[in-house]
Amino acid sequence: MELDGNALGGDLSTVFATDVTDAVFVCAGCKHSGVVATLRVWEPAPGLVGRCPNCTDVIVRLVRTPTRVFLTLTGASRLEIPVEQP
Amino acid sequence: MGIISRGFGGRRRESLPGLPPGQYLTHDFPVLSAGPTPRIPLDKWKFTITTETGEKHSWDWKEFTALPSEEFTVDIHCVTKWSKLGTTWKGVSLDTLFEDVESAADYTMAHSYGGYTTNVPLDDLLEGKAWLVYEFDGEPLHPEHGGPVRLIVPHLYFWKSAKWVNGLEMLNDDEPGFWEAGGYHMYGDPWREQRYQGD
Amino acid sequence: MIKRITWRAATVTAVRWETKTARTLVLDVPGWSGHLPGQHVDIRLTADDGYVAQRSYSIASAWSPSSPSVELTIQRLDDGEVSPYLTDVVEVGDKIEVRGAIGNWFVWRDTQTAPVLLIAGGSGVVPLMAMIRARGRQPFRLIYSVRTPEDAAYAEELRHRVRENPGLDVHFVYTRKAPEGAGAPKRIDVATINSHGWPPDFEPDCYVCGPTGFVETAADILVALGHAPTRVRTERFGGA
Repeated sequence: MELDGNALGGDLSTVFATDVTDAVFVCAGCKHSGVVATLRVWEPAPGLVGRCPNCTDVIVRLVRTPTRVFLTLTGASRLEIPVEQP
Repeated sequence: MGIISRGFGGRRRESLPGLPPGQYLTHDFPVLSAGPTPRIPLDKWKFTITTETGEKHSWDWKEFTALPSEEFTVDIHCVTKWSKLGTTWKGVSLDTLFEDVESAADYTMAHSYGGYTTNVPLDDLLEGKAWLVYEFDGEPLHPEHGGPVRLIVPHLYFWKSAKWVNGLEMLNDDEPGFWEAGGYHMYGDPWREQRYQGD
Repeated sequence: MIKRITWRAATVTAVRWETKTARTLVLDVPGWSGHLPGQHVDIRLTADDGYVAQRSYSIASAWSPSSPSVELTIQRLDDGEVSPYLTDVVEVGDKIEVRGAIGNWFVWRDTQTAPVLLIAGGSGVVPLMAMIRARGRQPFRLIYSVRTPEDAAYAEELRHRVRENPGLDVHFVYTRKAPEGAGAPKRIDVATINSHGWPPDFEPDCYVCGPTGFVETAADILVALGHAPTRVRTERFGGA
């Protein structure tokens, strides 16, 4: 079943100190850039798979284990994460 | 561990002695997907074994389905914790496909339509341990379950049984596939509960 | 200041049915520091043998210090593992683990002054309802696609709000069975969004939520009508 990057927010919040659904990714394959919330996300699978909405290449893989989170970002050439102003 | 949710989970799952550790029995056939389901017309379908020297052995649909086939019944174990017992498949033993392949490599990478990959040692594919199947329960294999053809390696976790398989690449060194690179175990033996890297 | 999102044990303080198959759970979450309309929570259920299931659900309620509870409206999917538990098994007094509030992108903030267009497919109305409930004086329009009149959640409250609060319009699209006088059933199309949305010149903030196919259709129409893609925010969920 297909979801989108909004659904990644909770699990990514265990890795990043800030919400990243509004972070901007750049696809390493087609160079498309967009916010993480617009990734196409598939589940259920052994992990969450976020694909580029433009070329469907895999941008992010997130595997949750009882003790760890594996985050594989090989499909993104950049992640631009907004930080809260002091 | 979290708080127990009163009344949750009794309905759909049962534990059974004899299952690999941490697994539950399911009677339906869950569909797991990591992307859009590829639809491959049979006249475009092709399966290729590529050796470490670059030699290719290919079969199109007609050639593939003309090979001797077997019907077999096995238990399957998904790393997401469901096991399904007594599943019946029809397909071609990997022994048949490797008959004329000359290779000294010990490892393989399965490749699929849609870009999925998973690594399996060659020994785990031979001697009646693995098949390329095109029927499930007497029916053509549905695309959701990996049709037209998927790999079945029942003694390893089911992510090793690549859906929509279209090739095996022989490798001298073991390399991680899609989920293995994402944190899953390189080998994936359900009886030793090798779910994640380091298990 | 960094607020770490952690799992918390929420208590169900009330439940109510919104339709025959959708139920709202009112949760008291200890230490909850508020949420924005559009945000969601993750829910984690643990069986007595350790089996764990996790799902995301949108928050339906607007938050304020005087109404601190978190309301979720759950649509039952009959072959689902989690939703039938939340609609049919959970009772007042039960504890559920929640994590949130999650998401800074699919949110509406009351500092936004532009008109707002909300387009909901089925239970995609839930986060949009939170926006309506949080609305101040900004003009809002909701286009709400449902299968039949009986499938419309919050119908009574929406009617009441349209009557009492100037600046809110609601238009229903019925895909299977329309009430008398509402025309034949149809799917959302260009004419619907053209007539019941805002003109692109008004530069509205658009929010679309529903099943994947619905969201694609509505978002494509918005962009084709001339709305800037950066003003169209979407949230897709599986199952209808």
